[in-house]
Amino acid sequence: MAVDRGSHLKRLEDESIHIIREVAAEFRNPVMLYSIGKDSAVMLHLAMKAFYPSKPPFPLMHVDTTWKFREMVEFRDRKARELGLDLIVHINEEGVRDGVGPFTHGSAYHTQVMKTDSLKQALTKYGFDAAFGGARRDEEKSRAKERVFSFRTANHGWDPKNQRPELWHLYNCRVAKGESIRVFPLSNWTELDIWQYIMMENIEIVPLYYAAMRPVVERDGTLIMVDDDRMPLADGEEPEQKLVRFRTLGCYPLTGAIESSAATLPDIVAEMLIARTSERQGRVIDQDENASMEKKKREGYF
Amino acid sequence: MSQSAAPASTVAVDLSPEAFAEYLESQEKKSFLRFITCGSVDDGKSTLIGRLLFETKLIFEDQLAAVERDSKKHGTTGDDIDLALLVDGLEAERQQGITIDVAYRFFTTDKRKFIVADTPGHEQYTRNMATGASTADLAVLLVDARNGIQVQTKRHAFLVSLLGIRHVVLAINKIDLVNFDQNRYEAIKKDFASFAHGFDFDTMVAVPISARYGDNVVARSERSPWYDGPTLLEHLETIEVQSDLEDRPFRMPVQWVNRPNLDFRGFSGTIATGRVRPGDPVVVAGSGREAKIARIVTMDGDLEEAAASEAVTIVLDREIDVSRGDILVPPSHRPEVADQFAAHIVWMAEQHLYPGRPYLLKIGTRSVTAQVTEIKHRIDVNTFDHLAAKELSLNEVGFCNISLSEEIAFDPYEANRDTGAFILVDRLTNQTVGAGMVWFALRRATNIHWQALDVDKNTRAALKGQKPAVLWFTGLSGSGKSTIANLVEKKLNAQGRHTYILDGDNVRHGLNRDLGFTDADRVENIRRVAETSKLFVDAGMIVLVSFISPFRSERRMARDMVEDGEFLEVFIDTPIEVCRQRDPKGLYKKADAGQLKNFTGVDSPYEAPVEAEIVIDTTVGEPEENAERIVTLLRERGVID
Repeated sequence: MAVDRGSHLKRLEDESIHIIREVAAEFRNPVMLYSIGKDSAVMLHLAMKAFYPSKPPFPLMHVDTTWKFREMVEFRDRKARELGLDLIVHINEEGVRDGVGPFTHGSAYHTQVMKTDSLKQALTKYGFDAAFGGARRDEEKSRAKERVFSFRTANHGWDPKNQRPELWHLYNCRVAKGESIRVFPLSNWTELDIWQYIMMENIEIVPLYYAAMRPVVERDGTLIMVDDDRMPLADGEEPEQKLVRFRTLGCYPLTGAIESSAATLPDIVAEMLIARTSERQGRVIDQDENASMEKKKREGYF
Repeated sequence: MSQSAAPASTVAVDLSPEAFAEYLESQEKKSFLRFITCGSVDDGKSTLIGRLLFETKLIFEDQLAAVERDSKKHGTTGDDIDLALLVDGLEAERQQGITIDVAYRFFTTDKRKFIVADTPGHEQYTRNMATGASTADLAVLLVDARNGIQVQTKRHAFLVSLLGIRHVVLAINKIDLVNFDQNRYEAIKKDFASFAHGFDFDTMVAVPISARYGDNVVARSERSPWYDGPTLLEHLETIEVQSDLEDRPFRMPVQWVNRPNLDFRGFSGTIATGRVRPGDPVVVAGSGREAKIARIVTMDGDLEEAAASEAVTIVLDREIDVSRGDILVPPSHRPEVADQFAAHIVWMAEQHLYPGRPYLLKIGTRSVTAQVTEIKHRIDVNTFDHLAAKELSLNEVGFCNISLSEEIAFDPYEANRDTGAFILVDRLTNQTVGAGMVWFALRRATNIHWQALDVDKNTRAALKGQKPAVLWFTGLSGSGKSTIANLVEKKLNAQGRHTYILDGDNVRHGLNRDLGFTDADRVENIRRVAETSKLFVDAGMIVLVSFISPFRSERRMARDMVEDGEFLEVFIDTPIEVCRQRDPKGLYKKADAGQLKNFTGVDSPYEAPVEAEIVIDTTVGEPEENAERIVTLLRERGVID
C-alpha cells in the first residue's frame, strides 16, 4: 500500500525525495547516517524510492557505540544485506581501548566519546562532504531552527547564529575542502507522520518498538532493559519481566522503556494519540542540562 | 498540569478498530497549509504560536513543565506561563527575549495540518523573513492594537507581497489592552487597506485577538461581541489557498539522470507545475530537442499521470541529450531562454553586492556564473520609494539587470515560483548572499553576436615568439608594484618581447577617470582593467597589470577571464608599516590625517592573495633581483623561452 496522491504524507515524501536527490547530484562524497531507529527506517525507505530503479548512490554508515541493543545490530546487518547496500560500521577504537561506557563513565562522557567524537572521526576518516541524518524539527526546540542543509565547519561545529539562508527548495550545496553539510530530509515530518507513513508503506522496524515481555530494572524513574551482562546490578536488584516497548532507540543503558501493550503498528499509533509525554523524554542524555541539545549540536552531535 | 517530568507511565489503548480506521482516513484527507507569522518584536508572535500549539494540544506535559521552570527564570508575564518560551528555541533568544532566526512549528487540527514559520521582525532580519515567506502560502501579520500600523507592518506587507504570498491575515493583537474597542479595530483595518491595495493580495482578513488570553484565536471571544468574522484558527482551517499549480504549463527541472544499467535511462525530478501522461510530447527547454513521455516510473509502479509537486522519474521514447539542469516542458508552452534578465534581489550578506562582481547563481537545478550588470533602483522597504543605488547592502532590496555566463531557461517568478526563483552564492566563501525573483527576460543579448575572426590569439602570439600572459601585480599602495613591474618590462623588452603595462594611476587618468574610491567603484575599476588585459592577451601580448586590486573576488574574476595558465598573480608583499614609511606620494600621511577617505590598508580593507603564483617580499632583496625572479617564473611557465 502506498500513500495517496494529494495527501499530506505524499507531500512530505515528495519533498524528502527531492532533498535526497539534490544531495546525490551535487556532492562529491555523501553518506547516509543510519541509526537503525524508526526515523532512519523511513529515511532509508525514501532513499530507495528516490533512486529507483537504481540503488542509492551512497553508503550507509552506523556509528556504533558498542552499547546498542543487540536486536538493533542484527536488524542493521540484515537490512543492509537484503537491500544490497554498502554499510560502514564505525567504532571509536580509542574509546573501546579506554573502556568507555555509560556505567563506568556516565552518560554525558560516554555519549561525547562514543557518539559525538566517533561521528566526527568517521566523517573525517572517509572525507564525507554531506551526511544525511534523520532528525525532525518537531523533536526539540533548537532543531526547530535548523536548516534542512545545515553547514558544518571543518571541525564539524554548528553555528546557530550564522546559518545560510535557505529559500524555496534551492539548497546551497557548496563547501570548501574539509567542510561538510548535514542534511535532514525529514525536517518537516512529525512523529505522528513517521508512524503513519511506516504503517501505510509497511516499513519494517526493529521489534523493540513493539511491546513484549522484557527484563527491566527501574532507575531514577526510568525503566532500563537488561540487554546483556555488562549491566551492573545493585545488591538485591533483580531484573523484572515487564510488558514494555521503546519509543526511541539508542544505547540500551540510556534508553527508557515504557510499559505498554501496543504490539502492532495501529496499537502504537493509537497509543501516541493519547500520549502526554514527548518523545525524547525516554532519552536520559537530554535531561542532563537545559538547552543541552543545542550545546551538543554546536559540538558536532547530530 | 504536571509538576515535573513524568516517569514511565502505562498508557491504555482503548480505541476500537473501527474508530481507529476512521481516524486514519480522516488523517489522510486532511489538507495542508504552510504559513508565516510576522510582526515586530513586542507584537506577540511567539506568544501567538505558543497559544496555537497549546490550544491544539501539541504541547506535551514535560515540555510544559520545562516552560514553567523557564518562565520563572526568563519570563515576561509575571506569574502566568510565558507561552513564547515554547517557541523561542535558542539560548541566546531566550536570554534576549527576541526571536533571531526562523523557527518551523507543526500543529494539526481536525481539518488541517499546519507548518508555521515564525520569523523575526527587526529590519536587520529581513533576510530571515524572506526565507520564511519563500515557502509559505499565507502570512499572518501581527499588529499591536495600541500602536496600530507601524513602519514594520508596511515592510512586512511589502516583503510578503514581493515573495509572492497572496493571502494575508491582519491579526490585531492585544485587543484586550484597548478594551476590545471596535473603533480601534476598524481604524487599523482601514489604515492597512489604504496602503496594501497595491500589493495584489487575493484575500485580506482582519481578526481582533489576544494571544496572551486566547480571545478569538481558537474560540470566539465574548469580550468582542461586535466581531462577527472567523476566529484566527477557523480562518486558517478553511481558507482556500490551493493554487492552480497543476493547471499551469508543465515544468520539470531534471535533478538526476537515473542510469542503473544500459537498458534504463530515466530523468528524475520534482514536477514544478502542470501534469503529464505517457504519450505527451516534451522538449528540453533551451536545446529544443523533442521526445514523447514513454513511462513515469516510481518504486510503487508506473503512473498513468503525474502532477505538480510529485517526485518522479520520467523515461522518454527516444535517446535525446538531457542532463541535470535542463527543464522538460511542453512544446506548446515553452519558458524564456536567455542569458540576461531583470529581477528583484534581496541582499543577505554583510559584504555588499557590487555590479560586475561574479557570483554563482542557482535556479531550479541549474548553476551558472552571473553578475549584476546594473542596479536599476533600490526599494526602500519601509516607504516603497525607488532610490538610485550603486550597491546593495545587507537586507536591502534592489531591482537589477543580471547577466549570465550562458543561456538558461526560466519563467517569471509570478508565473512559477520554482523556475523563477534563484539564489546567489559567493564563490569564495560559499555563503548564500542573495535571493532573487525573475521579473522578465532581457532581449538585448540576442542581438549582439560574436564576430568570428580568422586571425586568432595563437597566430598573433606565435608571430611574436611568445605566449600571451597577464602578470597581475597586487599589493598595498607604496609596496613597490610599479617599480618592479617597470623593471620586469624593461628586461622583457631587452629580450625582444612584446609587452604593455596597465598602471593603476595612469588608467585612472583616462579609461577610469569617472570612478572614485568607494568599494563599488573599486570593483568596476578592476572589471574594466581585467577586460582590457583580456584584449591584450587576445592580441598575443604579455600584459603587466599594476593595481592595488584589494579584493579577492575581482582578482579571481580577472583570472577567470583568460585561459588556464595565462594568469600569473604577483603578490608584492610589503608590510603596511614599511609602505607607510616609504609613502612615496605622501598618501598615507593624508589618509592618516583623515583627508583621504577609503584608503586601502587605512580605512578600506586589503584581502591578501591565497593563490598567488609568486610572492615577493620587498623587505628582502633588491628590486632588480625580485624582477629577475619574475622573469624566471615566466620562463618556467613557458611564456617565454
